[in-house]
This record gives sequence, C-alpha cells and structure tokens, in this order.
Amino acid sequence: MENNSRRGFMGKAFGAVAGVGAVASLYAMKKSWDPLPSVKAAGFTTLDMTIYQENVMVTEKWRGKPIFVLKQSAKMLEKAKENPRDIERLVEIAGAHYMVCVGLCTHLGCIPAFRPASNDFKCACHGGEFDASGMVQMVPPPRGFDIPPFKIDGSKLVLGEAGPEWQAMKDNGITL
Amino acid sequence: MKNKEPLILAVVVFFTLVTYYLVEPFAHHQMHKHVESEGFAYADLPAITKTGSAASGQELIMNAGCAGCHSIEVAGMPAPMDAVMAAQSYGVNPPDLSNVGAIFDAKFLADLIKNPAHALNVEHKFDEAKGQMHPMVAFYGMGGDIDQEIADMVAYLQSIAVKPEEVTSTMAFENACGRCHAVGYENWTQIGEKPKFKHEKDALAFDIKVLEYQDSLKAYMGKLPPDLSMYIRSRGEHFINTLIENPQNHLAGTAMPRVGVTAHSAEKVIEYLEDAGDSKRHERAAIGKNVMIYIVIFAIFALLWKKQVWRDLH
Amino acid sequence: MAHFTKATSIKDWFNQRLAVEKLEKVMMSEYWIPKNINFLWAMGMVLVITFVLLVVSGIFLLMYYVPTTDGAFYSVNYTIMREVDFGWLWRHVHGVAASVVFLIIYIHMFTGIYYGSYKKGRELIWISGMLLFVAFSAEAFSGYMLPWGQMSYWAGMVITNLFSGGSLHADGLVEWIRGDYVPAQAFLGRFFMLHVLLIPLAIMGLIGLHFGALRIPHVNNQDGEEIDFEHEAKKYLDGDKAGSKVMRFANDFMSKDMMVVGVFLIFFFYLVFYNYGFAMDPVNFDPADGLKTPAHIYPEWYFLWSYEILRPFNIDLGLVLFAFAQVIFVLLPFLDRSPNTCAANRRGPLFAVWFWLMLSNMIVLTAMGKLPPEGIFSTIGLVSAVLFVVMWLALPIITSMEKKV
Repeated sequence: MENNSRRGFMGKAFGAVAGVGAVASLYAMKKSWDPLPSVKAAGFTTLDMTIYQENVMVTEKWRGKPIFVLKQSAKMLEKAKENPRDIERLVEIAGAHYMVCVGLCTHLGCIPAFRPASNDFKCACHGGEFDASGMVQMVPPPRGFDIPPFKIDGSKLVLGEAGPEWQAMKDNGITL
Repeated sequence: MKNKEPLILAVVVFFTLVTYYLVEPFAHHQMHKHVESEGFAYADLPAITKTGSAASGQELIMNAGCAGCHSIEVAGMPAPMDAVMAAQSYGVNPPDLSNVGAIFDAKFLADLIKNPAHALNVEHKFDEAKGQMHPMVAFYGMGGDIDQEIADMVAYLQSIAVKPEEVTSTMAFENACGRCHAVGYENWTQIGEKPKFKHEKDALAFDIKVLEYQDSLKAYMGKLPPDLSMYIRSRGEHFINTLIENPQNHLAGTAMPRVGVTAHSAEKVIEYLEDAGDSKRHERAAIGKNVMIYIVIFAIFALLWKKQVWRDLH
Repeated sequence: MAHFTKATSIKDWFNQRLAVEKLEKVMMSEYWIPKNINFLWAMGMVLVITFVLLVVSGIFLLMYYVPTTDGAFYSVNYTIMREVDFGWLWRHVHGVAASVVFLIIYIHMFTGIYYGSYKKGRELIWISGMLLFVAFSAEAFSGYMLPWGQMSYWAGMVITNLFSGGSLHADGLVEWIRGDYVPAQAFLGRFFMLHVLLIPLAIMGLIGLHFGALRIPHVNNQDGEEIDFEHEAKKYLDGDKAGSKVMRFANDFMSKDMMVVGVFLIFFFYLVFYNYGFAMDPVNFDPADGLKTPAHIYPEWYFLWSYEILRPFNIDLGLVLFAFAQVIFVLLPFLDRSPNTCAANRRGPLFAVWFWLMLSNMIVLTAMGKLPPEGIFSTIGLVSAVLFVVMWLALPIITSMEKKV
C-alpha cells in the first residue's frame, strides 16, 4: 500500500516536470506564430501632406489596406462645419483640412468608389454612401470610415502611430 | 543475472565516439589545411621608425592629392565623384579616410601609402615591371625624408579618427570590407545601405546603380566578391580571421587584397558577420543553459519514478 | 445495431463504444515485457520521441519555409533563423534530430542483430524495421534538398545521377525524376511534397506495421529465452511481481523507458545548443550554384558507409554492389541459417566475430566515405567494401555450421 501511494506520487511528480517542459514548448510555439518583426516594422506609412490637391481623392496604402486622402475644398469644409461630427473627423495640418481614412466600407469591407461630380463615395456592393468627410450619408454602413492611428509630424502624417489628435478622436467615438 | 548495462553503455559510447572522431574532426583536418594566425602582427612590414607629426601630416595629405580620390568627411572634404563613377574609374570605390587611422594597422597604412600593391599583397596582379599599375598611385615623397613624411601622414590620419576602442562593428566592416562585399541580410550593398523607397521606380533605379558598380568591380577583381551574409557559418571564425590577415594563405593567387586591419578591427568584423549570419547566438546560449538545467531535472525525476516502480519488480 | 445499455460512468460510456479499457490492457498494462532486458530495449521509445521532435519542429519550419529555388535559402537562413521567434530553435532541433535519429536507428538495428531479434517469428518486425530505415533515408535525403544550399544541390545532382544506371545511360529516367535537365524548381517542389506529406505518411504506416508485427511474438530478451507469457503474466497478476519473468509495459517498462529518454534528451539538447556542426554542414550555408561544385562533397554521415561501397569501383560494378548493400540487410532473417535465438556471444565464435567485424567494418566504411578518395584512404575503402560483400556471402555458410545452444 505504501509503495503504491509513493509510486503514484513519483509518477505524478515526473508528470508535473514533463508538463513544465510541455508548457514551455507551447510558449515557444505560440511565439513562432507571432507576426514577424519585418511585418510589424512595415506597419508604418509616412504621407507627405503637401502633395495633395483639393477635390482630388488619392488612394495610399497602409498595412495592406487602401487609405483615402481627400484634401477638403472650401465648399466641403462649409458643409462639414454644419455637422459637428463631420468636422471632428478631419485632420488639420498646416492650415489645411484633410479626410484621412481607411478606404473600406464599414458594412462588409468593399472599397467604395469616389464620385468627383458629387464629392462623395458610393459602395457598389450594397449601395452605401459616404460624404466628403467620411460620414455615412446612406445605409447600410453602420458608421463612417474608420480613421487609422496617425501622428502629425510637421507637414507629414505617420500612419500606424497613435498621436494625441487621433487619441482624442478615438476617445470621442469618432473612430474605433 | 549480472547487470551488464554499464559495460553495454561503454561499448555503445565507445563506438559512437570513434565514429564521430573519424567523421568530423579527423576528416575535416584531412580536407582543410590548418593555417596559424600571426595575430595581425604583419611581420613582413617594416616598423615605423619616425615619430609622426599630425600637423605636418595634414599639410602633406592636402598637397599630395589624396583628396583627388578619397573623401575625408571629418575634414569636410567630400568624395570627388559618386561610388558608381569611382568604380568605373578605379575598379572599386576608394574609402573615406576619416577613421582609417583607427581601423587599420599603422605599419600597414605606412606601407600602403608608399607601395599600395605591396601592402595589399596583390603584387602578383599589379606587377610594376610589366606596367600593371595599381589604381592607387604610390606616394613618391614631397622632397624631404619620405619615411618621416609618411609617419606624419599616418599620425594625421590617426589624429582625426575615433579612438581605436570606439571602432564599431559596422564601421570596421563597411570600411574594410563593404566596398567589395555586399551583405544582403543586413541590407548592405557595395554603395551603401539600401534605403526604403516609396516608389518601386526609385528602388529599381538604386538596384541598377548597384549592378553597375558590381560590373566595374567584377571587371577589376576577375569575379564578383561574394555576399558575406552567411559566411560566419559557412567558413567559421578561424578561417575568416586567417583569411583577412592574409588572403594568399587560403586562396593562393586571389585578387582579394590584404586589408591590413588591426586585431581589434578584425574582431569587430567578425562581430558584424556574426550579427548578420548568427544573430541569435546570445539567445541560443541563454536558452541553452536553461534547457540543460531543466532536462537534467527531468532525467532525475524519471530516474526516481523508475526506482519507485521497480522496487517490487526485482 | 449492437446492444447498448445506459452508461454507468464516463469510462463505461467510452468502453461500450470504443472498448478503451480492453485497448488499454492490450497495448499498455497487460502488454507483457520480459524483465531480462537492458537499456538498449528502450531505443524504440527513443526513436518515437525523436520522430515526434522531428514532426513538431517540422510543423513550425513548414509555416515559414518557401519551396522555391529563389526563396528557399532566404526563408530558412533569414526568415526562420533571424526573424521568427524561436525559429532558430526549431531549425536546430530539426537538423540535429534528423542526424541523431540515424545513430539511434543503427544502435537499434545492431541490438536486433546481436540478440537475434529477427529470427523465428520476428521476421516481419525486422523487415518492417528495415523498410522504416529506407523510409527514413528517403525522408532525410528529401529534407536535405530543401534549404537549397550548395550541398543540397550537388547531393541532389549526384544521387539522381545514380539512376542513369551507369552503362545503361538511362538519362531520360534521370530527367524524369528531376522534372528537368538539372535539379531546379520542379525537383525542389517534388522533394518538398515527398518530405512533407508522402514519406511521413509512409513512415507512420510502417510504424503501425512495426508495432503490430511486434505485438504477437512479444519483445525478445537478453538470453533469447522462449517465455510462456501467459504463465508468467498469471504469476504477476497473482501478486508475485518479483518472481515473474515479465512486467507490464505501462508503467513498469515505460518508467525505465522514460529514464533512458531523459538521459538521451540531455545528450540531444547539448548537441542542439552547443555542438550542431556535424548535423548542419557549413557547405550548405552557401546558396546553391549550379555552375560551381564545392571542393569537397559528401553525404550526411549515416549514408557514408553506403557511399563508400559505391566509390572504389567502376560505375557499373559500384552500382550493383550499392544495390546489394541496400537490400542485403533486409534478407538477414533468411540468410542466418542457425537454429539459435540468443546473444551473439553465446552463438559460438564464428557469429560473434562476424558481428563485431561487421560493426567495425561499417564504421571504417563510414570514415573512408568522408575522407578524400586518395592514397591509403582509398585502399582501406576498397578492402572494407570487398570485406562487406564477402561477409554477407559467408553468413549463410557460417551460420549453418552453428550448433544448437
């Protein structure tokens, strides 16, 4: 009887030691799945905001996703000021205002097309529409374009880094 | 039943070790001749007998026309032409002289100024008698005691350089090796580290410049010096050290020059190559220690379990 | 539909559907192992552990390996070795395990030869084991191609050239195997497929066959004694554990297995972290170059004895003897004509000498296979190769002269 309980103990003790090794191996395996350093380093894009023109929508790239950059004209700004939520979505750099957002419809992820004639975006998949400051103007999208984390660096915008202006947008619920 | 296990273990270990010895150390010794290092003493080069004056050296270097090919960044003297054009003219881009006083051996520098092909150990390729001139023009003196003048020039170069202890692995490698050897894994090309380009057109333009440089280099050297990214693992530290010391020891007749680095710089070059080709060595050592401790504990617990289970089996 | 009753416990639920208790008895607690064995009997478990290490490390390498001639070398030596967290660890484990597994295979094989564990009823264990050796050899060769270094390329070139059959000049066959005139993308792709899918499946199937062939004859013992397993098992189950000649596989034998595995892992991990050059040859850290053969090419150490039998002769004779060497071990149960199943040292001087001479000769062949084929080394190699063939031809003769022990 005594032997049995001791044998049981030693077997369990060995099992526990082996378990420690197994857990350590699982940790190493989990780390091997992590995104590679080169992937994470590529997660920053710098935009030179001086090259954009009013009314011209330019598509950039950040973390493999399209980024819409639309420099606001005076007419667009006027319309945006009518709606407090709209004006808060815009980024101000060196006196000019820009809409900078992820160019994916917040409904199910298609890329909406820019319509220069009406200065808005139309999504072909299910008919959703966004205005020139990225706010929804026709359902089904549930919210305006998402705004990527950004940091203002003089006349440059660094996408991927969370600056105070973006943090404020996030805290106010402008973007997720 | 006599317990034969110790004897059996001894037999297995014996045959394994004999096989290992014959296949690894013995065979590799037969295949590769061993070259002893001379500790970067450069015994064949004459010692510098004169005490150099940096001030005189500065004047001499300005007047001797060194800046016609070499930039001296710390003295505000830029390169006379870009790397690609320089390679077209001379075969390879002449190095910046800011830190050569710290990276390279003083005896070597002195001999190099006086007789480049001799110091670099490439006289078999650049034979003056046959009119094959080394692209670097030898210094024939400015009228005074040439050995004093050269000692002054070396003293100047040492005075503008960082302290020898401050030579980093990147400095040593880029200066002594990087104008001929690319290291893809560190993003190093012969014309410098490849920058990040936003537009593919600019990236391709840079690549073309590298290829043009490499064409000139290949014509000059006979074949393109290899990319060194994995050389620390394919050649090993000892081979690389003795090769740097004198390429002719391992590759008789090679066009690779003796680069004349100090022992400290050579260490730094090895460190650079290790960071390129064996970057995880510190992590491997650290984790190795922990794993060895763990696995010994594992074996002990297995032994104790076995002893308990077998108590009533004997 | 068979009759099922309401389950009395979770164990009972599984028992009615999967017969787990019966399975556990047959495979573990009432699978009887003779007590008269030594630690060499644990080599099978060591092989299982090593195979598991190879599969697990292989899984993580497979996540990042790029099977193209352009991308392979970089994916291994940059992405896996420098970028992936613990990537270097999986690669070191995989390379060292691939080499060490053959050390254990050879120890396991020669244990079987020494104790006569291939005779009388155990022939299929031996044959399935030799097929496993062939499968592991193919797995090792195909795996070695993948980093696409200089050794990968030139080993691929040389070994596929063997299939030209010497004077038969079957170049078409060689090109068909490669999928191209030289080892190139097609070659790499198909050996990737073999290494990752087809051969591992074959190995797992053969392991099943190997275990199945072992179950009925039971494991051999140091004296080759024919044990009445039912009688001894009854003694054990009646309480006379010390007096019985057998023990349970689980946990009696397994606890000793684990102890041997523990010692093995100390040796193994020491190699992984501190002494791995023998398994990761420096020549393979040069990217493949079809226009430049390295100064010294040689196979991995476990193929050297075989390589040395091929080398000393002209191509046709070499190929014939090479084929002979691959096949002859499989035929051992039928070439050994003696009536004795026991340790070699008890089978009379002839077989004992044959055993130790065969083992030593294979080590000499291994060493000569690595050395440059010049001078004294090529002479010794020739003599050893001839001795190998002669010894196998002599085996039926010397064993038929053995008296019953």
